[in-house]
Amino acid sequence: MGPSRANWVIYVSLLAALMLSALPLPESMQWWRPEWVPLVLLYWIVALPTRVGLGTAWVLGILLDVLEGSLLGLNALALTVVAYVMLLVYQRVRMFSWLQQWLFVFALVALYQLIVHWVKGTFGVTSLSLMFLMPALVSAVLWPALFMLLRGVRRGFNVL
Amino acid sequence: MGECFAEKNGPVLHLRCSFQLVTKTPLGITTIKPIFIKDSDVGLRMLVLAVLSLLLIFTDYKFREMDVLRSGLTTLISPIQYVVDIPPRMMEWLNRTTSDYQVLLEENEGLRGQSLVLQRKLQKMTALTAENIRLRELLKSTEQIDEEVTLAQVIGVDPDPFSHELVVNKGSNEGVRVGQPLVDASGIMGQVISNSRFSSRVLLLTDSRHAIPVQVNRNGVRAIAVGTGLTGELQLLHLPGTADIIEGDLLISSGLGGRFPYGYPVATVGQVRHDPGQPFANVKVHPNAQLTRSRQVLLLTSREKALENESLGELSQQMPPDAVINDSAEGL
Repeated sequence: MGPSRANWVIYVSLLAALMLSALPLPESMQWWRPEWVPLVLLYWIVALPTRVGLGTAWVLGILLDVLEGSLLGLNALALTVVAYVMLLVYQRVRMFSWLQQWLFVFALVALYQLIVHWVKGTFGVTSLSLMFLMPALVSAVLWPALFMLLRGVRRGFNVL
Repeated sequence: MGECFAEKNGPVLHLRCSFQLVTKTPLGITTIKPIFIKDSDVGLRMLVLAVLSLLLIFTDYKFREMDVLRSGLTTLISPIQYVVDIPPRMMEWLNRTTSDYQVLLEENEGLRGQSLVLQRKLQKMTALTAENIRLRELLKSTEQIDEEVTLAQVIGVDPDPFSHELVVNKGSNEGVRVGQPLVDASGIMGQVISNSRFSSRVLLLTDSRHAIPVQVNRNGVRAIAVGTGLTGELQLLHLPGTADIIEGDLLISSGLGGRFPYGYPVATVGQVRHDPGQPFANVKVHPNAQLTRSRQVLLLTSREKALENESLGELSQQMPPDAVINDSAEGL
């Protein structure tokens, strides 16, 4: 099998991320939910920056907004910014050690959370707790596993 | 492999370079894979998209017209919500099919008993209702109208821990409207805030954006129960320190405001603190409804409102929601 464009592999993985992010969790687990959508998006940007970029991030953000019932454009803004940062440095990220990748992914997901909370705070719903950074930590811890998994999928389907 | 070419654009001479990797597939087709992306483009596109997002956020916040777009998009995405609901439904199904015969028998017996108890209450209820209507006629006050119910199932929970919202599997196709109250077996749960064709989003009592007018069942003291953002806790606002309210009091919906019908249990008073330094009593109450556990829920439609909505038609959409509320509150 030659290198294929196989866009559907990308779409299916992003759809799976959307579903995972909407999966009901018990009350006590709410803070431990990784941010699936930014994670999967970041992987595809590192892997295929020419095909997955700002447009994908924005559309994905709008879908996430609709799914979560948040202000339309909220997640779109946050995901676009995060995707932009990743697009600037993806070449360096490919060379990073696992420790560096952990820190970087933590910073990016935290940035995503921060933007979401800034906008939410501006338009009414506020919270003073720093607990919202918890998912960033969980996401960073999960990153290597997700990276390997998605790389396996990408190579398996020969997506270039 | 790289190539550069110059391009004359007015008085400025641009030098454009692109680097490409040429791969040969076994079939002999040459595909070209660019290695680098042009940075200037990325910055510009990011700026455009960010501004677009901010504009969207602002319009969504400010204008109600966006609800149409949102409900369309929600309809588009509702398959995801249904798919996400499959694992819990599978678990339920598995539980049902593999449960013990003996356990089922016992449960059946228990339910029979419960049904008997409820039916006895209902017998009394018909007499009481008739009496109530007679007394009301004597007082020349308007008749209380019973509500119609639509059975619905919870198919999703908002993943954001800061907002308390549910998604139920009935939408505008089944006649669900924004503002409709949602109850479970033990009390009011919340109200519909947006809907699509096949699903609706419900704001729960405990969300910090939600408030509901209530009264103490024992003596009719009125208050407003506001969500705190914590599960299982509401707060009563602006209740004077001398108000007659004690631990264990049942709060029912007062019907003021016209959104929630009168008389449904809302919460039970948990803790009353009178702080001499504060102008108001600090009252914490616990919602009666099983907000985090109920799966089978009921959507209420008051008959009065159903009629009103048909006659108002488009008018109610143009009027601000407050005006609609005041209008219907006069009838109470």
